[in-house]
Amino acid sequence: MRSVSIIGAGCTRFGERWEDSLRDLVVETGIMALEDSNVSGEEIDGLYVGNMSGGRFVEQEHIGALISDCAGLSRLHVPSTRVEAACASGGLALRQAVLAVASGYSDVVIAAGVEKMTDVTGGVAADALAAAADREWECFFGATFPALYAMIARLHMHRYGTTREELAQVAVKNHHNGSMNPISQYQMEITVEKVLRSPLVADPLRVLDCSPITDGAAAVVLVPTKIAHKYSDAPIKILATAQASDTLALHDRRNITTLDATVHAAKKAFGQAGLERKDIDLAEVHDAFTIGEIAAIEDLGFVEKGEGGKAAEEGLTWIGGKLPINTSGGLKACGHPVGATGIKQAYEMVLQLRGEAGKRQVEGAKVGLTHNVGGCGGTALVHILSR
Amino acid sequence: MSTVPRFWRHISQRYNLVGTHCSKCDEYYYPPRTICPNCRRTAQMEDHKFKGKGTVITYTTIYNATDDFKRQTPYNLAIIELDEGPRLTGQVICSPNEIEIGMKVKPVFRILGKEGDRGIIYYGTKFVPVEGSVQPITL
Amino acid sequence: MPAGIVSYGVYIPKYRIRAEEIARVWGESEDIAQKLNVFEKSVPDTDEDAVTIAVEAARNAVKRGFVDPARIDAIYAGSESHPYAVKPTGTIVGEAIGANHEFTTADLEFACKAGTAAVQACLGLVTANLIDLGLAIGTDTSQGAPGDALEYTAAAGAAAYLIGRENLAAEIEEFYSFTTDTPDFWRREGMPYPEHGGRFTGEPGYFKHVTSAAQGLMKKMGTKPEDYDYAVFHQPNGKFPVRVAGQLGFSKDQIEPGLVVPWIGNTYSGSSLIGLAATLDVARPGERIFLVSFGSGAGSDAFSIRVEEGIEEIRDRAPRVRDYVENVQYLDYAVYAKHKGKLRL
Ligand SMILES: [Zn+2]
Repeated sequence: MRSVSIIGAGCTRFGERWEDSLRDLVVETGIMALEDSNVSGEEIDGLYVGNMSGGRFVEQEHIGALISDCAGLSRLHVPSTRVEAACASGGLALRQAVLAVASGYSDVVIAAGVEKMTDVTGGVAADALAAAADREWECFFGATFPALYAMIARLHMHRYGTTREELAQVAVKNHHNGSMNPISQYQMEITVEKVLRSPLVADPLRVLDCSPITDGAAAVVLVPTKIAHKYSDAPIKILATAQASDTLALHDRRNITTLDATVHAAKKAFGQAGLERKDIDLAEVHDAFTIGEIAAIEDLGFVEKGEGGKAAEEGLTWIGGKLPINTSGGLKACGHPVGATGIKQAYEMVLQLRGEAGKRQVEGAKVGLTHNVGGCGGTALVHILSR
Repeated sequence: MSTVPRFWRHISQRYNLVGTHCSKCDEYYYPPRTICPNCRRTAQMEDHKFKGKGTVITYTTIYNATDDFKRQTPYNLAIIELDEGPRLTGQVICSPNEIEIGMKVKPVFRILGKEGDRGIIYYGTKFVPVEGSVQPITL
Repeated sequence: MPAGIVSYGVYIPKYRIRAEEIARVWGESEDIAQKLNVFEKSVPDTDEDAVTIAVEAARNAVKRGFVDPARIDAIYAGSESHPYAVKPTGTIVGEAIGANHEFTTADLEFACKAGTAAVQACLGLVTANLIDLGLAIGTDTSQGAPGDALEYTAAAGAAAYLIGRENLAAEIEEFYSFTTDTPDFWRREGMPYPEHGGRFTGEPGYFKHVTSAAQGLMKKMGTKPEDYDYAVFHQPNGKFPVRVAGQLGFSKDQIEPGLVVPWIGNTYSGSSLIGLAATLDVARPGERIFLVSFGSGAGSDAFSIRVEEGIEEIRDRAPRVRDYVENVQYLDYAVYAKHKGKLRL
């Protein structure tokens, strides 16, 4: 297996992009990534695009051919593949691209992610997202995505004494980080009081515990580490790519407050990288809901099970703390265009490891981790990147 | 939401909590599984009708639902552990203040959804608290 | 060979609205409850309909009788609020109570008396030895137009009777029906609420048919009101059954155990059969019950029933009518309107 590095990255502004279609977002991010990496179209060996539900959001499938076409690569007949793992589609696209380069089959591969979510009403979007859960045995009985995470939160609070305020602190921190990120959907800071006063979505989760409906796209360009310096002065090395699965339905999990897919993916990733938890300088984790970040830092092994609630409140996960989490603003504040999220996490890590993250820069960041979850834990991907 | 064949296929499972049981490892499954994850290809699966009594493991009250359920808000959704062991997701009919972790529940037959005014009606099982509901004297 | 009731079960939704709450919304005088002798009526939950409450009643009947549902060879469900115009209630009930698929079914409709018609249909098959067990159901989530007089009484409830030849809880000794073409109350296809002839529903409707059927049965059998320990007359409100009992020579004591309408309202196809169930809840072996249903359109079925030894053994295995009457939650008119689908969405 060959070592693989990222030589360029691009990401659109996240938000309600009323003027722009899925195609516009793809073109915008594609150009950014290619310019950042100094590769020409002719060099591209393959494309992987993460997209959860083009069919439901814009009634468009066959996203692989579409993005290659939109990017102007149709005459080059570049193989282009859409991958899907619900909200982890982006992370999975990254992994597929890494595997393609590592195996030696391809040299220059683009991993992209895109979701255009605001062309449908909120109810339709909620139902499309709920398709990541078990349609027959969860959604049929009225389950929504926030509801599943709310049930994780309820049990976490019951078992470990995690408080409503601790959940809110995650949102407060991530909005603070988002306010320093020019691509972030939300640029405003919020307070614990504001979170606690926001309307209930699925008790105990409130509107400000939930990631928003977002349009956006992101892309990174991968090459063998051996030739990375040909394109970039600061290539970012991929030390690990790991993926794990679990039951589709939350009720079938071994332990409802633990995402075993995260635990297993993390174990594999740290094994591959030959690193320990303390070697990680910062992480982007899957905070589709505030409880998601709390469970993630526990399941990734950064804190003991049940201790995740205290992390934001005590400052551990803020920029300047021991382990800054979600410097981009996370899914919560930066936005969550589902198929693009996993790639955006890599994009943020590239900026941080290059030292280009501006006001939210983590000083001396050398090694970062990204964590992307599909559904409420049916799929998890963990990548470890280093400068 | 669903379609006629997709609903019809699971009628007995949803009306009467019919799941499966692996007689090799004695594990019960609801929702039903065709492969026992313990025994996989050596599993000996048979249908099993669950009694329906169970315990709330965790729950939420949904205030913001998908289009199919938005007329029903607020409603309680819970993960319920049946007395025989398996867990399922279902609605618990009671006030949001009433539901709690550890609450005993029993099944009732209710409308789960409708395909608008013209489409079919999806019937199936929901749950009610055992306390505070009609309690027959059993001999 | 005697035939009759092997087991019975009822179901009444737990929600209630008080007559005075409806009167408040429509500016009616507050003594409407006294006038109708209906103080509150049952209201279904938002996810209940005539099918779901029929299933709950039928499951109670199966449970009370310790009956293997596979023995049921016929299911007749009478209702004026079948949720489907085309697609039987009986098929859903059969599947939901775990009857095997070897049974016949069809839905019945005859305003408030389709439930007793279902009893007759099962009784015929049973006494002819054509089937082992029949399941007869009266079930309704009845509708009254907002502000209409019916709104004070139109309620929800179901009763289910297992009809057979063995282990009888009560023998059906005889029945007699009286039917004419009298348009006192109707609902046209596709219309949400029924229409009625106001005071015309009284003398030419209810009283004529109930009286004729009652007298016809007593004449046929040579019985008198004194021969019965209990009597149940269809209960569209709390006044009519009391008045008709008096006219026929039955006492207040005879009708009292089965008179549930003041607390649950008119459950239409369930009404007289829930009254019968409330009577069976207290009757002792050897006692006799006189039952007369009424359905607008119009007709009445009268039954002479003798309680058997089997009643004592099965009675307490399922909830009694009183359990449902006592376990209630009150709604205001706004929530009631939501429950009844009166808000056009
Ligand atoms: Zn097994």
